[in-house]
Amino acid sequence: MSDLTSSAAPPYPATAEKFKFYGLWVAAAIALLVLPKLFSSGGSLTTFSLIGISIIFSLSYNILLGQTGLLSFGHAVYYGLGGFLVIHAINIIGMNKLPIPLPVVPLIGGLTGLLFAVLLGWVSTQRSGTAFAMISLGVAELVASSALILRTFFGGEAGISANRTKLFRVFDWSFGPQIQIYYLVAAWTLLAVIAMYALTRTPLGRMCNAVRDNPERVQFVGYDPHVVRYLAFCFSGFFAGIAGALAAINFEIANSAYLGAVQSGTVLFATYIGGVGFFIGPIIGAIFVTLLSLGLSDLTPVWQLYFGLIFIAVVMFAPGGITGLLMMHRPLLKAGRLSKVLPSYLIAFVPTLAMIVGLILAIETTVHFTVNPGEDSHIKAFGVRFDAANPYIWAMAAILLIGGFLVARKTWTWVGHAWDDATSVAREKGVAS
Amino acid sequence: MSTAIELRGVEKSFGITSVIRNVNLAVAQGERHALIGPNGAGKSTLFNLISGYMLPTTGSILLRDKVISGLPPYQINRRGLSRSFQVTNVFANMSVWENLRCAVLWAAGYRYAFWKNIDNLPEVRDRTAQILGDIHLIARRDVPAGLLTYAEQRALEIGITIAGGADVILLDEPTAGMSHAETERAVALIRRLTEGRTLLIVEHDMSVVFGLADRISVLVYGQIIASGTPEEIRGNPKVREAYLGEEAA
Amino acid sequence: MLELIVISTLNGVLFGMLLFLMASGLTVIFSMLGVLNFAHASFYMLGAFFGFQISRWFGFWPALLIAPLLAGAIGAGVERYGLRRVHKNGHVAELLFTFGLAFAIEEIVQIIWGKSPVDFRVPPLLDFPAFTIFSTNYPAYKIFMLLVSVAIFAALLITLKKTRIGLIVQAALTHPHMVGHLGHNVGRIFMLVFGVGTALAAVAGVIAGPALVTQSNMAGLLGPILFVVVVVGGLGSLPGAFVASLLIGLVQTFAVSINGSLSEAFGPLSPAYATTWLADIWNVTVAQIAPIMPYVLLVLILIFRPMGLLGTRDT
Repeated sequence: MSDLTSSAAPPYPATAEKFKFYGLWVAAAIALLVLPKLFSSGGSLTTFSLIGISIIFSLSYNILLGQTGLLSFGHAVYYGLGGFLVIHAINIIGMNKLPIPLPVVPLIGGLTGLLFAVLLGWVSTQRSGTAFAMISLGVAELVASSALILRTFFGGEAGISANRTKLFRVFDWSFGPQIQIYYLVAAWTLLAVIAMYALTRTPLGRMCNAVRDNPERVQFVGYDPHVVRYLAFCFSGFFAGIAGALAAINFEIANSAYLGAVQSGTVLFATYIGGVGFFIGPIIGAIFVTLLSLGLSDLTPVWQLYFGLIFIAVVMFAPGGITGLLMMHRPLLKAGRLSKVLPSYLIAFVPTLAMIVGLILAIETTVHFTVNPGEDSHIKAFGVRFDAANPYIWAMAAILLIGGFLVARKTWTWVGHAWDDATSVAREKGVAS
Repeated sequence: MSTAIELRGVEKSFGITSVIRNVNLAVAQGERHALIGPNGAGKSTLFNLISGYMLPTTGSILLRDKVISGLPPYQINRRGLSRSFQVTNVFANMSVWENLRCAVLWAAGYRYAFWKNIDNLPEVRDRTAQILGDIHLIARRDVPAGLLTYAEQRALEIGITIAGGADVILLDEPTAGMSHAETERAVALIRRLTEGRTLLIVEHDMSVVFGLADRISVLVYGQIIASGTPEEIRGNPKVREAYLGEEAA
Repeated sequence: MLELIVISTLNGVLFGMLLFLMASGLTVIFSMLGVLNFAHASFYMLGAFFGFQISRWFGFWPALLIAPLLAGAIGAGVERYGLRRVHKNGHVAELLFTFGLAFAIEEIVQIIWGKSPVDFRVPPLLDFPAFTIFSTNYPAYKIFMLLVSVAIFAALLITLKKTRIGLIVQAALTHPHMVGHLGHNVGRIFMLVFGVGTALAAVAGVIAGPALVTQSNMAGLLGPILFVVVVVGGLGSLPGAFVASLLIGLVQTFAVSINGSLSEAFGPLSPAYATTWLADIWNVTVAQIAPIMPYVLLVLILIFRPMGLLGTRDT
């Protein structure tokens, strides 16, 4: 290494930093091992498994959206096909007594996802931007509709099922109990996350970022942006296939919903709400959205509407997602100015909460009168009972909604001012750039 | 002396408007060649044609005696021709370091590698550091390119253009919009970085053109009306009438 | 056979014109605002449901006027208070915003009108067979739909060619980068364009509602086909959208009416694999694959003409 390099290039990470970095992964592995000891109920194990699957799926989606700037409306195609092939594979392996244990079966799903990404990707990635988004939607519709036509293979509306416990066993694990499935999912999640993180730090990973930022200029440094997009698409399909395979193993069934628009929309929601700008964003999004969809569906019948509203709110007010919001505060934290903005948050929180409560009251009341008009007007939403026919409730909803909105708008401008002051101080201290 | 770039009867028209008309031009290996002309003469279009951004309507373009017209930009770049843009065209969300490194990767042979850690490529690191030093942006290494000052972005633009080690360099108005002092620094930079390479430069600042170029071609209404050494161009009455006359007056 | 061709052509052109009612608005919005309105089919659905509700209260004819105005007003509001805010976050955010909106509109429609189809009837005035060809009665309402679509098509054409706004829109179609230089009232023009575009989709919804099924999934069913139309035609190309609308309208209508399958055509040659899962391909009828025809067309177009039939822009 020349002197110039050592003075101009970013320094190699110090041993302490390296230690911290690898320590983080080891800690994650240990956490995954210990988690079932802390929450051992069947329900929480299922939830953890679903979160793990969702993490792989969302991270694979972010290879497209966050890393390469490709907005796909059809990512479930590769997830679903991976799932279907794995169900068939389990049946074939079981029938022929092949010496293939369940833990390696997700790889079949990954390869299926990869194969279809290789086949469909070249056409799909010819264009970027809006055209790519529409093409991904069209290809997804094509595959989903074809799946319903090819009934023998895809099992029509009912789908196809398999018994995961009939395979060749190692260490006498039957993979019948959920705890064993949890460990299978956890191991694959860790592997996939490490692999996808490593991918971001390769020449291809960097060129994906370059294509996202400026596909035109990429051509003038020797790269074909179409090839870069295509390769990103193939990797994304591979990991989506693994996620689909794990889902199929978890449920022991694959049906047309795996391939459908709702599945594609959900992964988009999870990834975007988590934040596409950081590697950890989709992980946070996957956890948040899985818990939210499980939790909200118990609290209210129209949880999907809330889901959509949350998504719209994130797109409008926090385009960086949850992770983006958190990361915004890092320079303030470093400069010790966080305490200057927190009070304004508290002030803004009260009317904003009032507005949200008003909105929920209004929605739930409307739902009562449109969905179940004949029934008892004493309804329960979010664990709270109230009388939807009571005019006082209507008035309260209106006051909270309108009043909350007007006050909240005012307080958020204060937050803006406090924010500007704090960041300018942080900038002076040279923390924020 | 062999030719680096040669244009033979190149024409470009958009619909019925012809922008480039029968242009013949040869730039010798190692020559610094300036392309001047009034606004709208088609200078940037000519750059777009040479670099593969647009296809010529007729005619052919040769790089070191091999036809390149019809090839996509990335293949032309791989054959050793690199260009900059008039409007700064960098990777805005990536740091200065990443910008330069992306421009180094292909030429260093890493292409679409997804099995190598990008931070563990010593020759890429050395080359990137060298360019970073050359364009005097070491202090701004980790700043996202979109947040640089205008002059810094122009320097980065040049850095990206030369980073791959192409030996034919096309610079499109590298000093446009710069102050006098910034222009001087930029010219020194260009002179140093293109040492031993072939340079084709579009420039409006006549002091830059006459200070830098070995030869000059004048493009007016899509046609080259004169080509020669700076002295010949200065003395050429056609050029004075068509172009320099207005500017000098 | 001839009967099939005549009827299918009529239905195909009708479906194509309906598609174009929506695709035209979508294309103009895309060219001017740079955003592909994912919720466009949702406004078509809103049109149908508003039309249904208003025709219950006041009758079909007021509904034909009021429902599009209402949907257009909502559209204008969405542009003014939603899209314009999201604009600074880039095109992906804008597209995602309209995606979230489509999702929310579907949920809201489901909450208000339920999941099953509503009883949106053809107005009695038009509930008679217009003419009979080869023993098939062709309903007058379909002729009316065709007339409305053609009338709006003509009105659009005249607006584009003869008015100031039309000139601006035309300029935006050919030089999308120049839109920013329209001057200080650019915001109002955007709002107007978005409002009119969504209102046109709502007109399609009102007139299609009684003839097709008015249900909360109608946007989800039609949306993808609509996007296929604009991609096949070439994003941002109005003539392209017109050609693609008719093409897809005809292709799908004809496919639905053909009952042949591979096994029927090559029955005696029945290969050995016809008993395995490939039997699905062997036995499927053309009518059954009609729903995927637009997407097959999309893939074919992308292979041979990535820019679309008449497209020039790379977005």
